[in-house]
Amino acid sequence: MTVAPLPPILKVTSLRKHFGEHVVLASVSLTLPRGSIISVLGRSGTGKSVFLKCLAGLLKPDAGEVRYEMGLLEGFGQRCSYLFQGNALFDSLTALENVALPLEQTTRLRPRDIAQAAGDALKSLGLDEFKDYFPAQLSGGMQKRLALARALVTRPELVLFDEPTAGLDPPARNTVFEMIVRYRQKFDFTALVVTHDISEALAASDRVALLEEGRIYFEGTPAEFAASDDCIVRSFNDNIVTLPTGLDK
Amino acid sequence: MMLLLQAVGQNTLATIAGLGDFATFATRAIAATPATRQLGRRWIRAVHEQGVRCVPVVTIVGLFTGLVLGLQGYYVLTRFGSAGALGTFVSLTLTRELAPVLGALMIIGQAGSAIAAEIGIHRNSEQIDALTTMGIDPLGYLVTPRLLASLIVFPVLTVAFTLVGLAGGYLSGSALLGLDAGVYWSAVHSAVQYTDVRECLLKALIFGAIAIVICCHSGFTTHRRIGVSGSRAVSVSTTRGVVLASIATLAADYLITSFLV
Repeated sequence: MTVAPLPPILKVTSLRKHFGEHVVLASVSLTLPRGSIISVLGRSGTGKSVFLKCLAGLLKPDAGEVRYEMGLLEGFGQRCSYLFQGNALFDSLTALENVALPLEQTTRLRPRDIAQAAGDALKSLGLDEFKDYFPAQLSGGMQKRLALARALVTRPELVLFDEPTAGLDPPARNTVFEMIVRYRQKFDFTALVVTHDISEALAASDRVALLEEGRIYFEGTPAEFAASDDCIVRSFNDNIVTLPTGLDK
Repeated sequence: MMLLLQAVGQNTLATIAGLGDFATFATRAIAATPATRQLGRRWIRAVHEQGVRCVPVVTIVGLFTGLVLGLQGYYVLTRFGSAGALGTFVSLTLTRELAPVLGALMIIGQAGSAIAAEIGIHRNSEQIDALTTMGIDPLGYLVTPRLLASLIVFPVLTVAFTLVGLAGGYLSGSALLGLDAGVYWSAVHSAVQYTDVRECLLKALIFGAIAIVICCHSGFTTHRRIGVSGSRAVSVSTTRGVVLASIATLAADYLITSFLV
C-alpha cells in the first residue's frame, strides 16, 4: 500500500518582479512539500530576499501566483511567520513583550494565557532568564532566538527565514541551522530558508533550490546538489570548505 | 520651455499623488480604529507621549507669550489711554490665535518630531514589515492611537497654554507694571465669549489631527526618501514631518479663521 504524499503547503508559479529596468525575478516556480526544510541558495543580489518578500506579501509581484495550501495570502499572519534578516525586533519592548505581541494583537486570548504562551516560547528557546531584557541587551545569537520565538509563538505552519545567519560567526551559523532543524521537529512547521551559507543549508535541508538569473536554476536534494556536475552548481559546491557536524535531520 | 513645462507637470503630478497618498493613509488610520486591539492601552501611552511630556514646553512658552503680550500690550494701549483693555487684548489674542497655533507648534516640535523619528526607525529596521507579516495592521498599531490621542491632547494643552498665558499677561501687566488686577481679570472675563472658546478648541482639534498624521506619515514613508537611506533618511523624515506639519498648521489656521470670522 502506498501512502499519498502530503499536498504542497506552498506553490509558486511563474513569479515575476522587476524594479525599473532591472528584472529581479524573471519567472520563479517552486513547490514546498509540507513538513520539509527547503533552502533557496544564490549569490548576493540574485533576488532571494525579494522572492521571500513576494511570498509574504511585502512586495507585490508583477506576475505569477503564490498559492498557499490554506488559501491565498490574506491569512499569512495567522498561519505563517517570517524571520527577518535583521530580526525586526521591537527595540522598545522587552523580550517577553516582543514574543507576546502577535498573540496580543491577533488573538482573543486572555492576558494571562498570552503571558504563559510567550513565557513558554522563550523557555523553549532558552531565553526565559532574559524575558525582561530589551533586544539591544542580548547577543546576536540570542536576538535570533528571540526572533524565532516570536515567529513560532503563533504555532505557524510555514516559516520563511530570510538569511537567518547573516552577520553571525561560523559556530553561531551552525547553531541557527541546528535550531531550525530542532524546532521544525518540535513545532512541526515547514521551513523555507533563503541563505548563501551553502554548507549549513545542505546539511540541514531536505531540498535545495538555486536561484540564478531570476529563475530556479536547480532544484533537488542536497545529495543531488552536491553531486551535480553543472558548472554553475559546481561553482557553489566548490565554495564549501567544511560541512558542519552535529546536524541531525 | 518644454523642459520647464515638463518639470512643472511632473511636480504637479507628484504633489497630487502625494496628497492622494496622504489622504489614503489618514483614511486607513481612521478606518483601523474598530479593529485595533488594546487601543486603550496604546492610546494612554500616546497621550503620555504627546501630552504629559509636552506640558513643560507648552506652559513655559505660554507663560512667556503671556508676559510679552502683557508688556507690549500695556505700552501700546497706554499710548491711547486704554490700558484697562489689556485683559481683552491678551485674552482674545491668546484664545483666538496664539494658544492654538503656538501650542500646536510646540507639540509638533516635541512630540511630532519624536513620532516621525520613532516610526521612521520602525520602518528602517523592518519592524513595520514584521507587523504586516504577523497579520497586524501597522497603521492601527502605530498611527491610530496617536491620532486619537491628538484629539484630546491638543485641545487640553491649548487650554493650558491659554490659562498660563493669561497668568503671564497678569504678571507683566498688573504685578510688574501696576495695572489693577481687578481691571485686568474683569476685562478677560467680559472679553472671552463662548464662540472664542469654541474657535480655539476647534482649531486645536484640527491642528492636532493634521499635524500628528503628517508626522506619522512622514516617518512611515521613510523608505521612500530619494537619495538617502538609513539614519539619514530618518533624519530627513523627522525634519520633513515637523516642517510640513508646521506649515499645514499655519495654513489651516488661516483657512479656519477666514471661515469663522
